[in-house]
Amino acid sequence: MKKTAEVVIIGGGIIGCATAYYLAKLGREVIVLEGSDHIGNGGSSRNGGGVRQSGRDVRELPLVMYGIKNLWPTLSEELEVDCEYHQDGNLRLGKTEKHREILTRLADNARGVGLDVRMIDGDEVRRINPYLSDEVICASWCPTDGHANPLTTTLGYYKMARRMGVTFITGEKVVSLGIIKGHVRKVVTENNVYEGENVLVAAGLDSREILTSVGIDIPMTNSLLECLVTEAQPHMFDQMLGTAEADFYGHQTKHGSFVFGGSSGLERYNKDNGMVSNSSKTAPCICRGIMKYFPDLADAKIVRTWAGWMDASSDGVPSIGAVDELPGLYVACAFNGHGFGIAPAVGHQLAQLITTGSTEISLHELRYDRYKAKI
Amino acid sequence: MNTVNDRSRDIGPFVPMDDDDMLICRCEEITKGEIRRAVHDGMWTLTEIRRYLRTGMGLCQGQTCSRLVKGIVARELGVSPAELEPATSRVPMRPIEMRVFANEMTEDKEADAV
Repeated sequence: MKKTAEVVIIGGGIIGCATAYYLAKLGREVIVLEGSDHIGNGGSSRNGGGVRQSGRDVRELPLVMYGIKNLWPTLSEELEVDCEYHQDGNLRLGKTEKHREILTRLADNARGVGLDVRMIDGDEVRRINPYLSDEVICASWCPTDGHANPLTTTLGYYKMARRMGVTFITGEKVVSLGIIKGHVRKVVTENNVYEGENVLVAAGLDSREILTSVGIDIPMTNSLLECLVTEAQPHMFDQMLGTAEADFYGHQTKHGSFVFGGSSGLERYNKDNGMVSNSSKTAPCICRGIMKYFPDLADAKIVRTWAGWMDASSDGVPSIGAVDELPGLYVACAFNGHGFGIAPAVGHQLAQLITTGSTEISLHELRYDRYKAKI
Repeated sequence: MNTVNDRSRDIGPFVPMDDDDMLICRCEEITKGEIRRAVHDGMWTLTEIRRYLRTGMGLCQGQTCSRLVKGIVARELGVSPAELEPATSRVPMRPIEMRVFANEMTEDKEADAV
């Protein structure tokens, strides 16, 4: 089994797989280590599939805008898999004046960095999506947003990277990193020791513990997120949906089913039994949320529910880039539940960073050491 | 149960078979050939096969085809079916209408209104 490479990536989620793919395209030799038995077993397979710019913090907007412009449109052809990418816009819905304020502020901020997003009233919302109830009084509308299939996209990156010679090893849980002559080179797992000239930590929530072994700490915690899917329905609409209240989000898939995600508000205080499992309260709560917006869906049958951990940082945006004080070490973690849509751009830029030392899109605002105490 | 699994291990080439057109997952209409090809694309666990192809994600949630899929994947990998862990079963047991699922708190006023 191969144990040394130019780049060792810790984490076989969409970030790790995409970075491995773009590195392989640049001719790099890569090993990807995945702790669980399956590729893409964390947030990569458990998210709601949004490929969104609107509603994001301005610090991560340049990256996601780059991906939507340059990478997403041709991704299915490139990965030889149907990523089911739809670019039919995102409606972020509001039901109260307070919601209108929140949405207007987000839209103003995004326009400030060049994103086409504007506020529309209830009637215009229903012209775009006639199934929405009269409770919706406004929305932010971003026509270049969309959605895709996280499962086929993640596994598509894996398939192509593997085909190009990247070594993937699953069931290989990393316990620590090791420094040799000032460079991070060693990756110690429960079973083996690997070595790379560069090491990328993209292990979601587990990144924190792995980075701690070389004295780096990124303030992040876990937060449970739950999703559900209906049986296939006749085609209704193609937009990605979210709400100002964040009570649910989702879309109709190519298959016809609706995938909706949401929360009960109790996520941070859920019992952590070491498993990612659904709470009995959340899916019914998501259903109640959905039916207020889409009364027509009340008879749609739920066939499956699932849960996943979000790696939440204290300021809501990820840490991406090189660790200055430890040459050879790179991080990409704390995506806060919106890592899917941004992942192609992150992988693409990280591959550039690791290969050339610089990126097309500045990662400065997403530095791992930006966290400061409040006073 | 985590087992070190090097996905570069040689499992031989994909060899077409006469019955590759046979439907295995009836709900999602996935054929034996598609499942075998997915294994050669690197999908080595039943969870990955399911996420990649949608086998067992239809109305029956895999209650019909999961054993067949397991046998096909095991044969392609050259391992015993017993070594392959089934994909996770998910709530609910049977498809439930949203308006019913939403009513988990029947004594709650808000739920009554739904």
